[in-house]
Amino acid sequence: MVEIEKLSFGYDRAEPVLHDIDLEIPAGSVVGIMGQSGCGKTTLLRLIAGWLKADAGRAQVLGEEIGRLDARRVFALRRKMGMLFQFGALFTDMTVFDNVAFQMREHTELPEELIGDLVAMKLEAVGLRGAAQLMPSALSGGMARRVALARAIALDPTLMLYDEPFTGLDPISLGVIARLIRTLNDSLDQTSIVVSHDVEECFAIVDYVYFMAAGRIVAHGTPQEMRGSKEAFVSQFVQGATDGPIPFHYPAPDYEPDLAAAPHG
Amino acid sequence: MAELFGRLGTMVTRRVWQLGYAARFFAYVLMHSGTALRRFGLTIREMYFAGVMSLVIILVSGLFVGMVLGLQGYETLQRYGSSEALGILVALSLVRELGPVVSGLLFASRAGSAITAEIGLMKATEQLAAMEMMAVDPIARVVAPRFWAGVLSMPLLAALFSAMGIFGGYLVGVQLIGVDEGAFWSQMQASVDWRQDVLNGVIKSIVFGIAVTWIAVFEGYDATPTAEGVSGATTRTVVTSSLAILALDFVLTALMFTGGNAR
Repeated sequence: MVEIEKLSFGYDRAEPVLHDIDLEIPAGSVVGIMGQSGCGKTTLLRLIAGWLKADAGRAQVLGEEIGRLDARRVFALRRKMGMLFQFGALFTDMTVFDNVAFQMREHTELPEELIGDLVAMKLEAVGLRGAAQLMPSALSGGMARRVALARAIALDPTLMLYDEPFTGLDPISLGVIARLIRTLNDSLDQTSIVVSHDVEECFAIVDYVYFMAAGRIVAHGTPQEMRGSKEAFVSQFVQGATDGPIPFHYPAPDYEPDLAAAPHG
Repeated sequence: MAELFGRLGTMVTRRVWQLGYAARFFAYVLMHSGTALRRFGLTIREMYFAGVMSLVIILVSGLFVGMVLGLQGYETLQRYGSSEALGILVALSLVRELGPVVSGLLFASRAGSAITAEIGLMKATEQLAAMEMMAVDPIARVVAPRFWAGVLSMPLLAALFSAMGIFGGYLVGVQLIGVDEGAFWSQMQASVDWRQDVLNGVIKSIVFGIAVTWIAVFEGYDATPTAEGVSGATTRTVVTSSLAILALDFVLTALMFTGGNAR
């Protein structure tokens, strides 16, 4: 479904964000990409979505080498993808119903009655059919994320991309979203990529996980393998230890001379 | 000294680069206006927000500007014993200058700033990115309808401003001060030329509409996606549009009302 080989990318050529990334995501699976904030996870997701073009290497997505496609063909490919943004990114000037119906109205010639039925089915799948006429401002964070999920699956995409789907949710909403990701993937025959730094939630739903640090893949395996990993970074990350290969302190000059030199008052 | 020149050079290069970027953006908006014109409902909806919602400020300001023109104009004209010409003075001032310029300035601060803030916030909350991810071009779907709504609303607002201003001048001049009503209207009708005055005023308002809305959509789309970024972009829209209106007004007036066209 997605194959990435020797992929490198930098917003500024002098400072690459991703180095030699190799990964493979088989059809039907839920794969996690984990790592600290700023390690390049979201950038990798954007390369897969054809938002950015790699400097080197190749990314094969849904059978096409996405970096070589022109804008029109990238758009055509994106109709087979769905993406859940970190905070939902719902259109604030539209009701929940219109948000979910958006893609259907833009890309299809379906009559309104059929769109109404489809939207009701998508909202039912995330448990929010009763909220169809609410505006996004009236939704809680967890509800907004579920509506965004219903919108992302509106045209039955084969590849789902989740950008930090668990951030800022209460434990109940978090559990709901995690369960939805897994059940939707299995019942709709999708393939899902979940970019996240929430270890427990992510491990509970993924089949396979890639760990990233400083723009490189440092480890990969099933969640069980990762729990038992001896790799220093992985065990620090999984256990949430403050110090390890990722230091607690941001690089700074020596403490004592620095204190002595600091102006007082 | 070298550093000063270096900084100056960087500043100029950046400005020129940004101007080029804005021009390319303008061309892109025009090229992707198909959706806005084909699905005209999208543009009509934005005309409601940009145009209809600006009506109160435009009409009230027009009325007061016309009333002040009536007072000031009468005060000056009566010194020369030609207070009947008040109708001409009020109508020409409004149709040629104040209508397009003042309604343009009001439009920039009322609708232009709103357009910038809305697009900027859509960018900051990833709504534009979400749209792009759904294979919908945000320039065609979000920017172009707002652009055309602004361009179409502006001349209508300017016309209403002028009409309201003339009514204000009439209220003060005729009803309050007592200038002869027949003279007020007939002199106005005799002296205001359709092509020379009215049409030129309409052309001005269309040009201002294009300038203000272009600046507004560009600043919104180009805004840094943070709270400060959006607030800075909104301020820039009002400042840049106001300066653009005044500068363009001078250029247009020079082209329209001087040289071969002089009356």
